[in-house]
Amino acid sequence: MKENILISLKNVIVEFEDGHRVLKGIDLDIHDEEFVTFLGPSGCGKTTTLRIIGGFAEPTEGDIFFDGVKINGVPPYKRNINTVFQRYALFPHLNVFDNVAFGLNVKKMDKKIIARKVKEMLALVNLSGFENRNINQLSGGQQQRVAIARALINEPKVLLLDEPLGALDLKLRKDMQTELMRIQKSLKITFIYVTHDQEEALTMSDRVVVMRDGQILQIGTPQDIYNEPVNAFVADFIGESNIIDGVMYEDYEVEFAGQAFKCVDKGFALNERVDVVIRPEDIIVGDYETSPISGVVESVVFKGVHYEITVDAHGYKWLIHSTQSQEVGALIGMNVKPSDIHIMKKMEVR
Amino acid sequence: MKKHNLLSNLYTALVMLFLYAPIAVLIVFSFNDSKSRNTWAGFTTHWYTDLFHDEEIISALVLTLVVALVSSVIATVLGTSAAIGLNKMNKKLRSVFMTLNYLPMVNPDIIIGVSLMLLFTYLRIEFGVGTLILAHITFSVPYVVLNVMPKLRAMDKHIYDAALDLGCNPLQAYFKVVIPEIMPGILSGFVMALTLSIDDFVVSYFVNGPASQTLPLVIYSQTRRRVTPKINALSTIIFIVVLGILVLNNFYSIRKEQQLRGKKGGH
Repeated sequence: MKENILISLKNVIVEFEDGHRVLKGIDLDIHDEEFVTFLGPSGCGKTTTLRIIGGFAEPTEGDIFFDGVKINGVPPYKRNINTVFQRYALFPHLNVFDNVAFGLNVKKMDKKIIARKVKEMLALVNLSGFENRNINQLSGGQQQRVAIARALINEPKVLLLDEPLGALDLKLRKDMQTELMRIQKSLKITFIYVTHDQEEALTMSDRVVVMRDGQILQIGTPQDIYNEPVNAFVADFIGESNIIDGVMYEDYEVEFAGQAFKCVDKGFALNERVDVVIRPEDIIVGDYETSPISGVVESVVFKGVHYEITVDAHGYKWLIHSTQSQEVGALIGMNVKPSDIHIMKKMEVR
Repeated sequence: MKKHNLLSNLYTALVMLFLYAPIAVLIVFSFNDSKSRNTWAGFTTHWYTDLFHDEEIISALVLTLVVALVSSVIATVLGTSAAIGLNKMNKKLRSVFMTLNYLPMVNPDIIIGVSLMLLFTYLRIEFGVGTLILAHITFSVPYVVLNVMPKLRAMDKHIYDAALDLGCNPLQAYFKVVIPEIMPGILSGFVMALTLSIDDFVVSYFVNGPASQTLPLVIYSQTRRRVTPKINALSTIIFIVVLGILVLNNFYSIRKEQQLRGKKGGH
């Protein structure tokens, strides 16, 4: 990742004909050679943002800059950007070679050079020897690789990927994640990736942009987003969380679940109502008599690495990830370290 | 079970008989060495040689083919562009235009024929090959639209975006990606326009000129004067040609399907 800004969105607003606002003012800078992921639930505007960068949609208001030059109204075929589409959008009437060679053929490049470049590109995506296959003879994973090769052969400065792994099974998706990261590092270009899968976003990205309702909620490294979510929505979306109503007594002291806890947050108003976010893996299970919170074990599910335990404490269902199993119906105690208590301002109700 | 089978076979055989008996009679009598339509007087092929020496029929055949080819090529271009445009419209506008498109198809031929005749007269266009071609384009376009539309709807609309993404301008994107993708629909629309044009009698009857008689018109006028087995011979040839095209087409599509299936899963 370099320091210089490659793509810049300034107060981008997109409004549909019926007046519905899909994007409500997006400000975003994307650096050269960066791997950025737009993360959010469906309908949050992440694909629209991608289409604006690709040139397939135009902002109703606001500007978009590429390498410092305003590119509003520049059609896709004049942008040095290529896209890997959702469900690939390969050309069914062409074989693998002609699909990959398509962009270079349009540019009327020399046939010999095209043949060499296609060969290199297919090697990069591990599809050597597939030149003469028909598209419908390929598996989903192979089609995905063709789509990536077809885009990358044009040597774009930016590659846009719209939920490219959504149709693949879990194992294949993991493999492709690693492969995409390898390709991005080896080609040294900017990847802008759209997904609703938080795990995918955390694994692959240099920076994650969390979106909801056409707005950016938080931009940060995967670690920032996971450890310091700005609000309960981000916290919940980025990983399973316990979100409890609390009241800030004073700096470094918060009350929730009927108890006062030490915490590391400050700067809230006196007795301000807040959201308290606690990760399931941060809850320490202990003896019910000595722990601040106690409850009854409702269910225990084995998840491989850990047990997922639900505990009912005064009506709130706590989610715990623990390597130790518990008896269903048992009374247990729960405690949290001050540094694992995340205090967030209440989200404004829209 | 066996009895049931026999019955259903018999039924199928009867249906086939009714469908093909007239054509069988036609073919048999095209080889009959007599002008009689009910007595067999020995085998001959001279009706076929006569046929190819009949100037009127041969020039009508040529005219029919020229009109059919020209009108269906133009109708295919117009219909395909129309379908692409319709596909881009919003739902409401599209359904309005699709209904307008269907109207001429359900409209009786005779109304199309008469109205075109009146229009050409009003516009002072001289009746002849030109009016024939114009008329045939008019009734063929809706069928092309009808054949192309489903292919467009079924197409992954992102492939157009993908073409733009890879450096095509909109026109290139249509010619390099969209048109090849909907080609089966365009071809079947073209074949339909072609057969409709060759087949047409009613509309052509109203819009032809004295020197531009298509084959159906010539056959009709000849049968009114004297029925010669030349007509049988001509009909036989047309039947065989059409049958041949159909068989080839089916053979081709079956083979293509087998190729797709056979290769799938073979990696």
